[in-house]
Amino acid sequence: MTSLLEPNIDIALIPILETVADPEIPVLTVLDLGVIREAVEENGLVSIKLTPTYSGCPAMDVIGDDLKAAFAKNGMKAEVTLILSPAWSTDWMSEAGKRKMEAYGIAAPLEESADKAVLLGNAKLVKCTNCGSTNTHLVSQFGSTACKALFKCDDCQEPFDYFKCLK
Amino acid sequence: MKNENLYNYILGIADNSLILGQRLGELCGHGPNLETDIAMTNINLDLIGQARSYYQYAGKLTGQDKSEDDIAFLRLEREYRNVLLVEQPNTHFGYVMVRQFLFDMFHFMLMEKLQHSKDETLVAIANKGIKEVSYHKRFSSDWIKRLGDGTAESNAKIQEAINDLWRFTDEFFQLTEADKAMVEVGIGVDVSKLKEDYYKKVSEVLEEATLQTPENKYFTKGGKEGLHTEHMGYILAELQYMQRTFPNMTW
Repeated sequence: MTSLLEPNIDIALIPILETVADPEIPVLTVLDLGVIREAVEENGLVSIKLTPTYSGCPAMDVIGDDLKAAFAKNGMKAEVTLILSPAWSTDWMSEAGKRKMEAYGIAAPLEESADKAVLLGNAKLVKCTNCGSTNTHLVSQFGSTACKALFKCDDCQEPFDYFKCLK
Repeated sequence: MKNENLYNYILGIADNSLILGQRLGELCGHGPNLETDIAMTNINLDLIGQARSYYQYAGKLTGQDKSEDDIAFLRLEREYRNVLLVEQPNTHFGYVMVRQFLFDMFHFMLMEKLQHSKDETLVAIANKGIKEVSYHKRFSSDWIKRLGDGTAESNAKIQEAINDLWRFTDEFFQLTEADKAMVEVGIGVDVSKLKEDYYKKVSEVLEEATLQTPENKYFTKGGKEGLHTEHMGYILAELQYMQRTFPNMTW
């Protein structure tokens, strides 16, 4: 059995996968998010293994449909299976994706111990996406989607989302 | 059904998530402030997501091509296996947080152990779920401390909620026939062994929150056997209305 920790993706399929974005964070492609664990083509049928970020994430149904539509546009049939194991981690997000997300206005996840310190209110490490200051504070542990928390910058006063570390 | 014990065992876990999720969903748009409103609906979303994973698995076990929706929406009250705690009403915010806290503490311990089950699918769901549940637990524990160690009024209200809801906690640790059968084959968690640790951990948070751990020894149970409190019927009426009125409807 191959480990799904390293995604198994046919290089030829990458250009098509790159056209499918997260419906909530449109600057991120499904590859940036790291939710595609397998994408292989056999006899014209593309089978894709997709893992959810959070159990109840409603974006997953939409992503599944978008994937099928993207392959259909290229004359291919795709089959999407939702897999739960191994569980998704923010470590699987690409570096390029994290930078795009920051430019979009969502602070990228910190590493685990820093994330914990911030969410418990013990440290100020999350960088404001507007002015770059780390003089920020947690407004709400839960934000506009399951994967985010709400922060506010104490220098420029801008509220912004922070993508929580999930391991 | 070949795996009837496994099926019932899964429902015993899944129904807690579904019913508590439904309760939290009732608060959408009614939270005391925006942040808590969003938090409760986010927790609801995680719980419903977990319930879906369990029901999809349970549906496969029936061998009759039952869907997650069939299991969630088309059972009779007696067929729901959730504990009584999760069906208790949203009386006030303190109540909601105490109910959440008492459940989260148990839920986290259950997920920890379920990660070592011999059933691969349950392990996968637990591995995923525990990350979410640890976040829920942090949120509800914070509120217990905030309200307990807050004003005299918030302390009194939260203490009253704890005293009221305490009688539902022992049910977590009761083993049903399905539980026993699943523990025996290494799939299920022996919840009776979690009891001591549960009360110890709950008491630690209560102490930090300057609250008293109730000493009453009267406990009520029945939910796991399908015998629910009077609130359950109302929950199901709202939950099942659409599917009962327009069978097989989809969005």
